[in-house]
Amino acid sequence: MTDQQVRTDEALETETTRTALDSVHLEGLEVKSLTQWQLARRKFFQHRLAMTSLVVLTFIFLAALFAEFVAPYPFDTPNVPDRSLPPTLEGFHIFGTDKIGRDYFSRTLYGTRTSMYVAFIVAGVSTVVGIIVGGIAGYYGGKVDNILMRVTDLFLTLPFLAILLVLSSFLGAGNPIRVAFILAFLLWTSLARIVRGEFLSLREKEFVEAAKVLGASDNRIIFRHILPNIAGPIIVNATLVVATAILIEAALSFLGFGIQPPFPALGKLISDGQDALTTQWWLATFPGLTIVLIALCINFIGDGLRDALDPKQRIK
Amino acid sequence: MGTFIARRMLYSIPVIIAASFLVFFGMSLVTDPLSQLRLIPNLSQETLQNIIDRKHLDDPIIVQYGFWVKDMIFNQFGTTAIGDQPIWPDLQRAIGNTLQLVLISEAIAVVLAVILGVLSAKKQYSFFDYTTTTISFFGFSVPIFWFALVLQALATTFFLRTGIRLVYTFGQSSPDATNVFLDRVQHMILPIVTLAYVNVATYSRYQRASMLDVLHSDYIRTARAKGLNERTVTMKHALRNAMIPIVTIAALNFGAVLGGAVITETIFAWPGMGKFFIDSLVRGEIYTLMAWLMVTAIAVILANLAADILYGWLDPRIRYD
Repeated sequence: MTDQQVRTDEALETETTRTALDSVHLEGLEVKSLTQWQLARRKFFQHRLAMTSLVVLTFIFLAALFAEFVAPYPFDTPNVPDRSLPPTLEGFHIFGTDKIGRDYFSRTLYGTRTSMYVAFIVAGVSTVVGIIVGGIAGYYGGKVDNILMRVTDLFLTLPFLAILLVLSSFLGAGNPIRVAFILAFLLWTSLARIVRGEFLSLREKEFVEAAKVLGASDNRIIFRHILPNIAGPIIVNATLVVATAILIEAALSFLGFGIQPPFPALGKLISDGQDALTTQWWLATFPGLTIVLIALCINFIGDGLRDALDPKQRIK
Repeated sequence: MGTFIARRMLYSIPVIIAASFLVFFGMSLVTDPLSQLRLIPNLSQETLQNIIDRKHLDDPIIVQYGFWVKDMIFNQFGTTAIGDQPIWPDLQRAIGNTLQLVLISEAIAVVLAVILGVLSAKKQYSFFDYTTTTISFFGFSVPIFWFALVLQALATTFFLRTGIRLVYTFGQSSPDATNVFLDRVQHMILPIVTLAYVNVATYSRYQRASMLDVLHSDYIRTARAKGLNERTVTMKHALRNAMIPIVTIAALNFGAVLGGAVITETIFAWPGMGKFFIDSLVRGEIYTLMAWLMVTAIAVILANLAADILYGWLDPRIRYD
């Protein structure tokens, strides 16, 4: 068979396929191809728990973001006549008030805003660091890989909370941005390991080899060819980091080494309520439940995203 | 086996040296003893100079490191900067108290996690499986300190309502206890539950995943084909292999558990390493903090050594040579 003939044959084949497809069209049975992202989106939308969580979380997030308009009372203004009220609909003190009459629902909203603010910065920064460290280690391999991964291992075995406390105590935490960066400094390790593993295996794949042969630069291969392929695990991990960051920031603030007044923080609200656990139970209960609800929603969303984006890593 | 342990111990020495570098120079990156000392009001110039001489604070940093290491090895971590108090007696007591909590809670967490993980893997997608999955999601999402506070509030309320003392919520022992052992157990229950619960959630997920992996492997099919009963297949053939990941995770997690003890011990006023750590931190006592970090690093190294030994017992194919 000559080249010419092969080409005609192929043309003929495409022709036939096209007619076949056309007839399908005619019957109204449209065959639509879906991109990877469309498939993932469809799968995520079908995950009921994750979708519910997304709706709830968006609701909390918006309420916290617009706390000035949503909260019925200001964050820090005492109102002595209304002091120590248990949760009541009167005056809309649905989370009660503390012993100088500050409305705990409003305080919780402002605290949630700080928590989310911190958590998103942590997720962003730690994801970038994790991608850079993991990417360099996995792509270049060899000695660089060895050194970077030993450092990562070291971070992984450190008594995390203790290091965090030392850092925030001596570097002086207090404001949300500092707390966020201290957290991000320690939270990039799990992503670095994931990214490294993926890079190690993708680096050997044919499409990367092809790109190399075509003369693509390292940068182009890393950013255009490999990274888009591991977007799934990265997104899932970033989501879970948001939950971790919220929990750890709350613990730090609770111990008095995280966010300090005048900045509102959920952990601080709980430690304020700690002395009156049995008499004014609502003070520690509602900020705590808020943290649980947010973390639970994020974990469910992460689970849904994992199902949708990252079938390999799925916990069976 | 003996040579293996000896060799592993030798290998740990460079790791410990690296850890000491990291602890000392990391600490001097974030703070220095002098600035901490200057924060103390009413510290006379004489006392300050005394401390500087004693701790060699005006020598180059690498020399300071040398003196610190010397103190650590020959003088049991040396003394505090302020007051010149020996560090080791307090730290030793704290280590003992924390080990009681941490070892018991880790043992409970691992046993419970193995049971839950195996059961939910055997009955994948059953009601039991979904229930444990949901509960473990709560485990990931509930902050430890809040969980501890809730336990404390419930226990106190129960005592106030009924007058029956089931558990204590504060401290390590009561001065007027008649049955010392029972009294200690009553003080330990809440801290142990707090420490164990997050780990049960994490470990049981790993156990479930690895059990599922193993149950679908060929040698399990062979075992069933030989006509072994399901119990033998699960307990003798599958479980041992399926426990290797959880051993790794539990060993790696040991540092995190010691960190978690910081929160738990603070809330329940348990005089262990966590409380010791927070107290040193509040006082800005750098030398006790560094001693604490070194002890923790050594504990993590030992935990990993224990894991290596356990691997051989779980999987006889792993040889120590």
